[in-house]
Amino acid sequence: MSGRVLVGVKRVIDYAVKIRVKPDHSGVVTDGVKHSMNPFCEIAVEEAVKLKEKKLMKEVVVVSCGPQQSQETIRTALAMGADRGIHVEVSGKDYETLGPLQVSKILAALAKKEDAQLIILGKQAIDDDCNQTGQMTAALLDWPQGTFASEVSLEKDGIKVVREIDGGLETIKISTPAVLTADLRLNTPRYATLPNIMKAKKKKIANVKPADLGVDLTSRLEVLRVDEPPQRQAGMKVETVDDLVSKLKDAGKV
Amino acid sequence: MTKVTCIRALTAVQAERGAPQLYTAVTRRTCSSVTAPRITTHYTIRPRDKDPRWEGVEMERFADQADVVIVGGGPAGLSAAIRLKQLANEHQKELRVCLVEKAPQMGAHTLSGACLEPSALTELFPDWKERGAPLNTPVTEDVFNIFTKNHRIPVPILPGLPMQNHGNYLVRLGNFVRWLGEQAEELGVELYPGYAAAEVLFHEDGSVKGVATNDVGIAKDGSPKDVFERGMELHAKVTLFGEGCHGHLAKQLYKQFNLRENCEPQTYAIGLKELWMIDEKKWKPGRTEHSVGWPLDRHTYGGSFLYHLNEGEPLVALGFVVGLDYTNPYLSPFREFQRWKHHPFVAATLEGGQRIAYGARALNEGGFQSIPKLTFPGGLLIGCSPGFMNVPKIKGTHTAMKSGILAAEAIFPKVTAEEADSETAGLHVPEYAESLKSSWVWKELHSVRNIRPSFHNPLGLYGGMIYTGIFYWILRGKEPWTLKHRGLDAHQLKPAKECTPIEYPKPDGKISFDLLSSVALSGTNHEGDQPPHLTLKDDSVPVARNLAVYDGPEQRFCPAGVYEYVPVETGDGMRLQINAQNCVHCKTCDIKDPSQNINWVVPEGGGGPAYNGM
Repeated sequence: MSGRVLVGVKRVIDYAVKIRVKPDHSGVVTDGVKHSMNPFCEIAVEEAVKLKEKKLMKEVVVVSCGPQQSQETIRTALAMGADRGIHVEVSGKDYETLGPLQVSKILAALAKKEDAQLIILGKQAIDDDCNQTGQMTAALLDWPQGTFASEVSLEKDGIKVVREIDGGLETIKISTPAVLTADLRLNTPRYATLPNIMKAKKKKIANVKPADLGVDLTSRLEVLRVDEPPQRQAGMKVETVDDLVSKLKDAGKV
Repeated sequence: MTKVTCIRALTAVQAERGAPQLYTAVTRRTCSSVTAPRITTHYTIRPRDKDPRWEGVEMERFADQADVVIVGGGPAGLSAAIRLKQLANEHQKELRVCLVEKAPQMGAHTLSGACLEPSALTELFPDWKERGAPLNTPVTEDVFNIFTKNHRIPVPILPGLPMQNHGNYLVRLGNFVRWLGEQAEELGVELYPGYAAAEVLFHEDGSVKGVATNDVGIAKDGSPKDVFERGMELHAKVTLFGEGCHGHLAKQLYKQFNLRENCEPQTYAIGLKELWMIDEKKWKPGRTEHSVGWPLDRHTYGGSFLYHLNEGEPLVALGFVVGLDYTNPYLSPFREFQRWKHHPFVAATLEGGQRIAYGARALNEGGFQSIPKLTFPGGLLIGCSPGFMNVPKIKGTHTAMKSGILAAEAIFPKVTAEEADSETAGLHVPEYAESLKSSWVWKELHSVRNIRPSFHNPLGLYGGMIYTGIFYWILRGKEPWTLKHRGLDAHQLKPAKECTPIEYPKPDGKISFDLLSSVALSGTNHEGDQPPHLTLKDDSVPVARNLAVYDGPEQRFCPAGVYEYVPVETGDGMRLQINAQNCVHCKTCDIKDPSQNINWVVPEGGGGPAYNGM
């Protein structure tokens, strides 16, 4: 039992930034735009660091797949308390088509390589909203999954996970090793303070290529076009019910 | 650092005046008020040492030592950092230079026209072109107009006039600052974006010891959260303050060291800016347009700029500047900007285009007369913070960079000397001020010193232009007198009852826009659960004075909709609502508040606008 947790973090456009579709409709503008760690990934890192602080896990390894700038995201996780980082270099066209399938293959390969007991991910990324990586990773590894976790407790015979589901809360018990994905109420992430950022500069970030892990990045998806959502049409105010009915009749709705 | 446990149960906080107010964990966010609502909860106004909620909280800070600490990652701060490391490498000396910047990434809080004079850049990096500096748009055409409501009067820009731009570059200053940041990192400068300098630290002997970064994890009501952590102390032999126009730490230093006793108060303007993708057929890369006149009257200083950038796409940078010495409290710089865009000459360029960015920032107009004392034991002031902007040229980047370079050259021998040759623990480097006085910055600012104040005459704008024509163009600013400014901008507002409200046209949603959708485009955001960083010295003044006498001018001069007067929940009357999350860090409120009651302090680092190449 190595007691190692693997945490995946993704660098995404900051949630408060107004995104803009590229003039050629191939995607959104990312050049120079403010990026930060996916909020659910922050929660995942916080949970992993908490487990280490409670001495339930020995080491937290944080992984990010992306271009050079992903290293900044890894550094933030290191400043929050992760022990070391792995930067899987993916850039250019490969990065544009990188999706949950490829990332889960990478994470599965790393989990085996690093002998991880636990993988914690954010439930979804706020740019693509896929909500697939955690589930796919578990399937590839044939591990149980505790997704949408709002409470996690490590017990002698497994992990108790309280999951946020449509109907309310569901409590399950899964065996280890396992994959967990973090939902909003799991915890409140700590700040990456300056002294920790400075200390994080001394922590190691290993550089790995997907090919080294035997992962093929070819995508089975092709983005045809990206458009802004249609402009919301102004509504109309009516004074009486008769008015409402006549307007609906005029519009051919009744 | 030790973790903190915070008291989460019901807590009662006694107000200093008026009825006692209860703050529970539930009502923490929605302050229900009885009499005078408490607006300000920041610890700079409500000290924590007497606050029972802070009892037992670990307040010790982690401290680190550097040779030089620089506050502010703009052109001045970065130029100083770069020059220091260049000198260190030249002389093979070790030098630890740390730079803190409140923006989450370099350039994210930078906003300027901008038309850059490359003189200082060439001094810093003679090979800036090979290094890929983003100066991609040389000025090709220079146009100056006096606008009337529907027409324009072209004004010839004769060689020798300060507005002449031959040899200059139109730049996206945010991208330029980002590039400077990359150069600085390559040279070994430690850059820390996302960390704001919140406090100046002092040695026992009163000299500056360094700065402390902001605390994190304080709730909106001023109490500590679970994730509370103290900021960090950065100690240095000398600290450079390059916070830009109207810095909040500089404001403290002026008082502490009496730096403004022999200069005039600084005067300011607010600049609002947008980036537009326009119809390719209308795009003329390198074209520079400036205007004065409509929609401002001849007694309100201000004007516009419109620059056609040349970076591979039909992008124009345009904006409007209004002098903050305006007298009518009903004036809204934002709405003047929006209606200016409807002038036929401007609308023609923008029709069919799309607005992609918005922002605003205050800028200095005081020039030569307002330069304070620049050095004090342990530190010095660089860039737009003390203020070296050449107002008629509307350029301050080249002088800011030069001040950073001169600061570095002056302090280098002192910080690398074997023996600290100083009376005080923090080094005093008056040589910086002396070298600035004998540099081209001083000569340049001296020659244009009378142009802005010449505006205060019965003919207003036209008198100013005549003065410029005679004394600057012909006599090169060599007249023996120095005109004075009118005084503090905050004191120029006339009471509302003496002024006429201005009828602004409704935004059409194509060329002009409403305030909130504009603010959304700035990408600004702050952690919601923190004390508002727009602090009031006295919470009752806004309604009692600003609203009563001046009809709440902060509702109009804030370019981000931070200040709103809303009816109180029960009974009659209004209260001030501060939407701190909207703030774009322009500093206009701190400058223009007629009661000088607003004190802008730095919020949690990383918050604020997310400008991209503004």
